[in-house]
Order: sequence, then structure tokens, then C-alpha cells
Amino acid sequence: MTRRVLNNENKLRNIIHMEYMLLFTETQAELAKRNDPVEAPAYWGAWAAYCKAVAESGIMVSGAGLQPPDTATTVRIRDGKRTLHDGPYAEAKELLGGFFVINVPDLDTALEWAARSPSSSGGSTEVRPVLPSPPNS
Amino acid sequence: MSAPVSETLEATVRRSYATLLGYLASRAGGDLAAAEDALSEALLAAVQQWPGQGIPDKPEAWLLAVARRRLIDGQRRHVMRERLSDAMQHALESAEELAASSDEFPDERLKLLFVCAHPAIDEALRTPLMLQVVLGLDAEAIACAFLVAPAAMAQRLVRAKAKIKAAAIPFEVPERGNWEERLSFVLDAIYAAFTRGWQSSPDDETGRDMAREAIRLGEVAVTLVPGEPEALGLLSLMLHCHARRSARMDAEGRYVKLDAQDPAAWDHAMVERAEALLRKAAEAGRPGRFQIEAAIQSAHAQRRVTGRVEWAVVAALYEMLMAFTPAMGARIGHAIASAHAFGVERGLALLESLPEERLRDHQPYWAARGHLLAEAGLTSDARVAYERAIGLCDDQAVRAYLWERWRGL
Repeated sequence: MTRRVLNNENKLRNIIHMEYMLLFTETQAELAKRNDPVEAPAYWGAWAAYCKAVAESGIMVSGAGLQPPDTATTVRIRDGKRTLHDGPYAEAKELLGGFFVINVPDLDTALEWAARSPSSSGGSTEVRPVLPSPPNS
Repeated sequence: MSAPVSETLEATVRRSYATLLGYLASRAGGDLAAAEDALSEALLAAVQQWPGQGIPDKPEAWLLAVARRRLIDGQRRHVMRERLSDAMQHALESAEELAASSDEFPDERLKLLFVCAHPAIDEALRTPLMLQVVLGLDAEAIACAFLVAPAAMAQRLVRAKAKIKAAAIPFEVPERGNWEERLSFVLDAIYAAFTRGWQSSPDDETGRDMAREAIRLGEVAVTLVPGEPEALGLLSLMLHCHARRSARMDAEGRYVKLDAQDPAAWDHAMVERAEALLRKAAEAGRPGRFQIEAAIQSAHAQRRVTGRVEWAVVAALYEMLMAFTPAMGARIGHAIASAHAFGVERGLALLESLPEERLRDHQPYWAARGHLLAEAGLTSDARVAYERAIGLCDDQAVRAYLWERWRGL
């Protein structure tokens, strides 16, 4: 399927559906499983299975998994002064591991999909409605 | 608050919340929200006053008297806009008499159940409403069980109560003519609470509490409509399932499916009670959905005596069940039982005949498919089905169990 067709299909859906972002946050322990020889297969397997279920359901708009938080660089500009630091914006127990934007009829359905995410069992999943695009975009 | 006061209050709430609320709401022209407010104010007053004044001899009557005064105060404010209705006036007077004189007041809980499961109320809201109105659960606990945003759940409950008042949904027990249909709505709503709790997770506290609350509702229903076979069937069904709650996980916290469970870990007293309820239901000679579902659970429970499951019987019961309910769960259960009884090909063919569009995101369907394909030796198809089931799973223990099956292929 070409990207164009996909976009048209999504536009059509927007008439009755809503877009929600699912933000997957994971604990340090959960993130460490990514490179643990024993835990890694189940960790990646669970994510692969979840991504596939979302894709097969036809609700996926976009999304990505992210490299670990220690690869982050944070930029901040205050009063014209620029600061950069290595690592994520704030020290936190749970860190952003990835996100999806899904297209579903309502918040209840979005929450159902959030509960199915591996991050809900090993961290948490935040669900936020996406702002509608500006009218002339 | 001192220990005896809080204990008495808690016991009173558990014992009589719905009875008090039913009584107040019934006499307040079906205004559930006003009755609830009045009752919570009475409970608050008890928390403040009992420690100093001592626990009253008749806690229910005390609460009713205070709630009645609150209702009158509320009415007085209301009078500025509208005339106090005669019915309300009468209601308050009779409540006053009862609170002053009698130990017993009429049990209006049945009316509460029928109001909550009224066809004019959105089907998805009947169960939450019942949990709040009859058991006094707060919106947040209900929201967690139903996987709904707490703010949204609170708002929906408020709207449902407003609708009961605005649409003047009658506060009464239905007539003979539509009794059976209306009762089935009540039982469906109770069962929905139970499945919410049951399916959530073997180790999930919220879920197990919800299953217990549903059983409480089932007990209330059986008490209020004694001898109704479907009410008995529903309670039997729930007790059969609940009796196995501890057997669903092994010592390492791993999920164990029904036919692999150790029957010694079942709650045998509860199984016996479930069996007795089902026998009593059968006396009426009016089979129904819940009695058949209970019979299916009873067939599984026979394993504790005979050491085996009569799968042909289970398959036949599922076939009967399908005549009573269009639920996909019945058809999936039928396919699995048929696979055990008549061979895996038969089971797979039955699964294939189900409408795939409706099952795209249905986790139990994909798990069942994985099991049957694995048994048929269709390894790569089984793998795909298991992966789908894992992706749709919201429970850690079940997910781990499915991985184990996947690895075993």
C-alpha cells in the first residue's frame, strides 16, 4: 500500500475517530532487559508481538521505539543562554522508551490498547489525545 | 475514630448500604443522586458523632433518620424553585415513622437492581451503576476494573443518575409480562462485573475484589428472587470459577490453565455450594444461559472426583449455550471442547468458521487458535497465532505462559 493511500485512509478515519499518543515509559530495570542475554528475547518478543497486534488491527498512525535514555542530549535556552547536557531532560524513575500514535473511536479503546503494552506491566503507559491539525495544513 | 465505632459503621455499610439507599431513593421519587448524598452525609455524621455519643442501638435507624433530615433540608432548598411534591412529603413522613419505631424497613434493593439495569440505561453503564448504587463502590475503583478513565467514569455515573431522574425511570419491580427479560438484564450486569474481575488477571487485586463484589451482587439477587433458576445458575457459575482462584497460579506465580490445575487446590466447600445451587436451579425445569454455563463449569469440576473431563459432554453443553447467547466466548469454548472430544481438526474447522473481522483483536480467540494449531502440528501457523495472542494480552502472567508455549513449539 502506498503512503498516499494510507494517508487518505487516515483522513477518512479522522472524521469519526480520534488520535491518541501512547507514551511508553519503562523502569531502568525494564530498559536493562534490552541487552540482557537471558531477558532480551522475551523483552523484544513482547514488543514485537504488541507492535504487530496494533498494526494488524489497522489503528496505527505512527510510532517508534527509542534508543536508551543515556543516548539523549538535552538542549535548553534561557535568557539567551544555551545549556546542553547529556541524558534526558529530568531524572526520573521511569523513562520514555517509545511512542505510538493510534487512531481509535474513543479514549476507552485507547486505554484498552495501552493496557496491552508491555510497558504497562513493567512501567507505565500514558495516553494523551493528539491536538487536531490546524485547519489549513 | 475509635476501633469499635469504625467497625460498627463498616459492618453497617456492608450489611445495609443498598437497603438504606433503596429505601431513601424509592421514597424520594427515584432521585438516586439525592438519596446518595443524603446517605453519605448521614455516614459522615456518624463518623463525627458516634465516638462522642456512643454507638446507637439501631445504627440503620439512626442513619436513616439523619439521611431523612438531610433530604428534607435538600427539599427545602428545592422548594424555592418548586413545590414540595406530595409523594415526597409522604415519603419523608413514613421514613420518619419507620426510623423512630421499627427495626425493619422494606427491602427495596430489588428495585435498585432493576433501575440500574433498566433498558433505558446504556448497557455499558448498567454494571458500573449497580456496583456504585448497590455496593457503594467509588467511581475510581469501578474505573480501574473497567479500564476507563476515572474522571470519565465519574461523569458517566452522574449522567446515568440524572437520566434516571429526568426520564422518570420507574422505581419498581417489573410486571410479569417483561419480568424475564428485565431480570436477564440484571443478571447480565452482575455477570459483567464478574468477568471483568475474572478475566483481568489471576494475581490482580482489583480483579479479584471485583469478582468478589459480583458474587455479593449475585447473593443479593438470589436472596431477593428466591427460586429463579437463572439467578441461581449465575451464582453457581460465579462460585465454580471463584473456587479455583488459587489454582490459577503455581507457586512461582505462573499461570495455570483450567485442565492443568490441581483439583486439590480448589475451594471444595465453594464447589459443593455451587453444585447445590445448580441442582436447585434445575428443579425449575427452565434452562437458560447461566445454568448451562454453570453446568459447563460443573463438568470441569467433576475432575476432582473422576480425575478426567468428559469433553463430549462439555462440547454438547457449549452447543446448547450457543442457542442462548451469540457471545464469541461460547463458540470458542465449543471449538476447544470439540477438539478434545472429536479431534483437533474438528476444533480447528469450528474456529475457522467464526467471523474473523470480529475476532481481530480478541485475545482468547488467538490463544485458542495457537493451542489447536500447535496440537495439529502446524508449528509456524501456531507461532503466528501465539504471537498475536501475546500482543493482545494485558496480563504479565498469561503473556509469560503463552511465551512458554511458543518456545515449546
